[in-house]
Amino acid sequence: MKKRIRHKHSLAIRWFHWLNFPILMVMTWSGMLIYWANDVYKLGWGDQTVLKFFPDSFYKALNIPFRLAEGMNIHFFFMWLFALNGICYAIYLLWSGEWRELLPSRQSFRELIPAVVSTVLLRRKKDGPHKFNAAQRFAYSGVILMGFVMLLNGLAIYKPVQLGWLCALFGGYENARAIHFTITMLFVAFFLLHIIQVILHGWNSFRAMITGFEVLPNDTSQKKDSDHETA
Amino acid sequence: MKQREDIISAKQVRIKTLKGLLFAGLFIAACYGGWQWLKEAPKEQGAQKPYRAALKINEAIFSKTLDDGQLAKTYPVSKAAKKVRVNGLIGLRQDIDSNWRLEIIRQEGDTLRLSMDDIRLLPKTEIIFDFKCIEGWSQVSYWGGVKFSDLVKRYGLDAQMRLSYTGLETPNKQYYVGIDNKSMMHPQTILAYEMNGSALPPRNGAPLRLIIPVKYGVKHLKRIGRMYFSNTPPPDYWHERGYDYFCGL
Repeated sequence: MKKRIRHKHSLAIRWFHWLNFPILMVMTWSGMLIYWANDVYKLGWGDQTVLKFFPDSFYKALNIPFRLAEGMNIHFFFMWLFALNGICYAIYLLWSGEWRELLPSRQSFRELIPAVVSTVLLRRKKDGPHKFNAAQRFAYSGVILMGFVMLLNGLAIYKPVQLGWLCALFGGYENARAIHFTITMLFVAFFLLHIIQVILHGWNSFRAMITGFEVLPNDTSQKKDSDHETA
Repeated sequence: MKQREDIISAKQVRIKTLKGLLFAGLFIAACYGGWQWLKEAPKEQGAQKPYRAALKINEAIFSKTLDDGQLAKTYPVSKAAKKVRVNGLIGLRQDIDSNWRLEIIRQEGDTLRLSMDDIRLLPKTEIIFDFKCIEGWSQVSYWGGVKFSDLVKRYGLDAQMRLSYTGLETPNKQYYVGIDNKSMMHPQTILAYEMNGSALPPRNGAPLRLIIPVKYGVKHLKRIGRMYFSNTPPPDYWHERGYDYFCGL
C-alpha cells in the first residue's frame, strides 16, 4: 500500500528543537536553584499574596534548598549551549528561508483571533495549507524572540557593571532579574500549552518532529507523484 | 513555500518511523548519560570539574573582552539605603581588638602595620553604588574610605600589584578572599571606614572593610586583618564551598 507523506521539519530544525529541550530544562532547573536564594516574587497586591514563588513544599519536594553554588555553576555552563544552539538556529532560519514559514504573515494577523480561540479552547483544527497556522506562527516566533531577549537579559544580570548599558536597557539590575523570572515562567507556560497541543494533534504530528515527515490522508490525494515542488 | 511531498510504501513509513524512534532513544540515553557524567564528575573546590573548567573559561572570556575598567553606576545620596543589610558575620564573632592594625605583608618578614589614623591621612573617597549579593538581592549603599589604588601609591606597593592576586583575611582568619589585582586597582575599589556618612558599624565590617563594586558581596571582606600578595590564587572561603573564584560583575 502506498502512503503520501509530506516533509514537514528539516533535519536541522529537528536537531535544534530536540537539543533545545534538555538545555532549556537544565537552564530552568538550575535557575530555580539560584532563585531559591532570593525568592522575592509573588502574585498579589500590597500585602495580599495570591501565589508565592514558590511555596516551601514545592522547594522541598524538588530538593531545591541550599544549592545556589551548584545552580550557578550549571547555569553558567549550559548558558553557552543555550546561546550556541539558539544562534545556530536563527542563522539556519535566515539562510534556509524557513523563517517565511515561521514569522507571522499578513494573513496570520487576519487569522489570529479565530486561531487563538481554537487554541485556547484546545479545539483540534484541521491543518491548513501552510506548515503552521496563525496561532502557531505567533507562538513560535514569540518563544524564539523570548529566547533572544532572555540571552541578552541574562548577560545583563551576569555582568551588570561591564555591560552596564545593557543592564540599563532592561531598567536596571532588579528589573532585569524580574524580567528573567517572568520570561522563565512564560517559557514554562509555553511548554505546557505546547505539550497539550502535541497530545491533541496526535501521533502523526509528533512523529513529524522525530522523522521529519507527516503521513497525509489518502482520500484528499489529488496530486500525482510528478508535481513535486522543491521545498 | 509549499512543502515537498513523496509517495512511499507503508513498509517504508514503518521503517523510517522505527529508525526515528531508535535515534530518539539514543538521544535520550546520551542526554541522560551526559547529565549523570556531569553529576558524578570528581569535584574541585566543591564544584564538579567540568563546571570549574567552564567557570575558568568564562572568567578568561569576560575578563579579557569586557573588563575594561568600566565604572559601576553611582547614585545620589538620597537613593542610599538607611538600613544596610547584614548578611554574614563569619570572622566577626570576637570583639574588635583595640590594638587593631591593618597588616600589609609586602613580602615574607616585611609587614606594614597601619593604624586607622594612618589610613585616615589618605584622601577620602566616597561611593554610592548598587551592592550586589551573590544570593540575588541588591541594595544601593553609601560608603566612605580610602581608594585602594591611593594606598598603593602612598605606600609604594607597585611591585606587589605586579603580582596577580591580593589575599585578604579577617584578624581571626576565619573569613578570607582572593581577588585579582586588576579588580583591586579598579578606581572604585575602596577600603571603607564609613557608612552613610558616619563610622562603620561593627556588623558592617568596622574598623575597615573592602568595598569592590566589580565583585559580588562575598568578596567585600569585612574587618580586614591582613593583606598579602601572590601570583597563585589565595584561598577563598566561598570558592572552597563550590562558588566561582572570580565573581566578577
